[in-house]
Amino acid sequence: MAAKDSGRAAAGERVAVAKTYKLFIGGAFPRSESGRTYQVTDAKGGFAANAAQGSRKDARDAVVAARKAFGTWAGSTAYNRGQVIYRIAEMLEGRRAQFVELVTAGEGLTTSTAAAAVDAAIDRLVHYAGWTDKIASVLGSANPVAGPYFSFSTPEPTGVVAAAAPQDDSFLGLVSVIAPIITSGNTAVVVSSAARPLPAIAFAEVLATADLPAGVVNLLTGDAAEIMPHLAAHGDVNALDLTGCDAELRAALERAAAGTVKRVFAGRQPNFTAPPGTARLRAFLETKTVWHPTGAVALSGGGSY
Amino acid sequence: MNRAVSEAAPGRAELPGDAELPSSAALPDQLPSHLADAVSDESHLRRFLHGLPGVDPVGVEGRAAALATRSIKKASKLAAIDLAISMVDLTTLEGADTPGKVRSLAAKARRPDPDVPETPMVAAVCVYPDMVGTAVPALAGTGIGIASVATAFPSGRSSLAVKLADTRYAIEAGATEVDMVIDRGAFLAGNYGLVFDQIAAVRAECDRLGSGTRLKVILETGELATYDNVRRASWLALLAGGDFIKTSTGKISPAATLPVTHVMLQAVHDWHVQTGELRAVKPAGGIRNTKDAIRYLVAVHEVAGPQWLDPFLFRFGASSLLNDLVMQRRAQTQGHYSGPDYVTVD
Repeated sequence: MAAKDSGRAAAGERVAVAKTYKLFIGGAFPRSESGRTYQVTDAKGGFAANAAQGSRKDARDAVVAARKAFGTWAGSTAYNRGQVIYRIAEMLEGRRAQFVELVTAGEGLTTSTAAAAVDAAIDRLVHYAGWTDKIASVLGSANPVAGPYFSFSTPEPTGVVAAAAPQDDSFLGLVSVIAPIITSGNTAVVVSSAARPLPAIAFAEVLATADLPAGVVNLLTGDAAEIMPHLAAHGDVNALDLTGCDAELRAALERAAAGTVKRVFAGRQPNFTAPPGTARLRAFLETKTVWHPTGAVALSGGGSY
Repeated sequence: MNRAVSEAAPGRAELPGDAELPSSAALPDQLPSHLADAVSDESHLRRFLHGLPGVDPVGVEGRAAALATRSIKKASKLAAIDLAISMVDLTTLEGADTPGKVRSLAAKARRPDPDVPETPMVAAVCVYPDMVGTAVPALAGTGIGIASVATAFPSGRSSLAVKLADTRYAIEAGATEVDMVIDRGAFLAGNYGLVFDQIAAVRAECDRLGSGTRLKVILETGELATYDNVRRASWLALLAGGDFIKTSTGKISPAATLPVTHVMLQAVHDWHVQTGELRAVKPAGGIRNTKDAIRYLVAVHEVAGPQWLDPFLFRFGASSLLNDLVMQRRAQTQGHYSGPDYVTVD
């Protein structure tokens, strides 16, 4: 990690500890099933750490973990989800310096620019924490229908979302991808930036200690071009977020996703500093419409469609 | 039927080799002398069972773990999945079982994957005796067996008369296979003669009521405490005439484990060496995914032998395993992972 320089300066002879990071699947930190690792370099080309190179089977395991977590997370109250996401922001605030250091080293930014990105990421989590209990009222509706019925359309989480995090904006971009997925109650399998995975792994360590149920977010480090095709074709993945994929890969993944009729969010986003709209939130919601007879006491005829 | 070559069996050399011909009992006239001798009375039976070589727990667990690391891929995996599907005893043994549930289970047994008709059928469905009558018309003409638990399942704590009546009830309703439980209390108390007599009585009842009714003897290995006991109970059940030795009821944890199944596969292997007869093994309970099932198949191949890789000689007692087998079969044939949205979940 980037702390090696300061460690060396303090102790003179001290040999820095080169860390080998692991994946984050189902709340645990396993090595890649393939046993592969790769070297991560900082923006100047120096050695930063080893990261696990996720494989097809890691993606499969992550989907199993995400599916298992979906029922509990989607079934928890919006209020509770908001608290958990706010708690992630609190944890990040406490480890702000570490993330500034990682982003500075990984992306070659000045400290102040990196700090601004980390602050924006924390603020984004607070933003989405506030959204959890407002989704139904803002994005849902009471529909006027030609009959003596109440008709409500209410958004529901779609299920397991596989996402490719942005390749360049390794932290703010990552948070901006993950937060809207989990806000509405989906669970996520996220492939991090290949060249800059360290903020993602550090973020996994935050998530693991932030009251987020195991499996709600699963982070794989490695090559999106290798892992994403298996997730795109996977029968138990409900939606794709292709933010971090290049144009060629997007096309291939969209074709692979067609076989199982997945929801695909392919919105390009060059810059994550702007305030987020609702596009990412809406991308992973399904609408359920409920009809109910009007009247003070409904004796029969209620049902959902 | 081949006569045994008893000296070829491991751990059997010290047994008395006097060729005393068996008397008039039903089974012993087919058994080699030392086995016939073992069932002549309770003290001989005890001497025989306690004379069985002890199981080395570290060794058997080590071997089971080593064989479990074998990797079965591609065409072999697909073949293994199809074989495993054809070996499933699709089971529902709940207090809440309804005729509707049994009928849907039967439909699933006939067509495990309706979208892929070439998926093989399962070996049998396994239900409580009162549900056999529902399963029979639902499976008519398919060749799928109808197994029924009997003999005061799952505890086995009742009188012999009740156990025989339970067996009769199942067979008369149309069961082609009977899964009986042994009296673990009697076994653990060392009352081997009682356990033997009960198995033999149920065996006789099966033979009397329906020719070809296969008897599975559930040892409930989770309650037997040691591998030595599992080996003794396996031999006891084989001597008393069980067609299958089955690990568990599925009501006790631990249920089937690989090392326990190893010990039981060794027993049927040795039985074959000594008598020439092929007896079957059925692990039941706790086998939930394809990976586990394939590990069992590797154990069957390596411990018992390739000829046991047949639904007649090896079964899986399972309910949720079939879903995973079907999903993995789809993953193999379609080239991408499938999900529970695409298979029937019972």
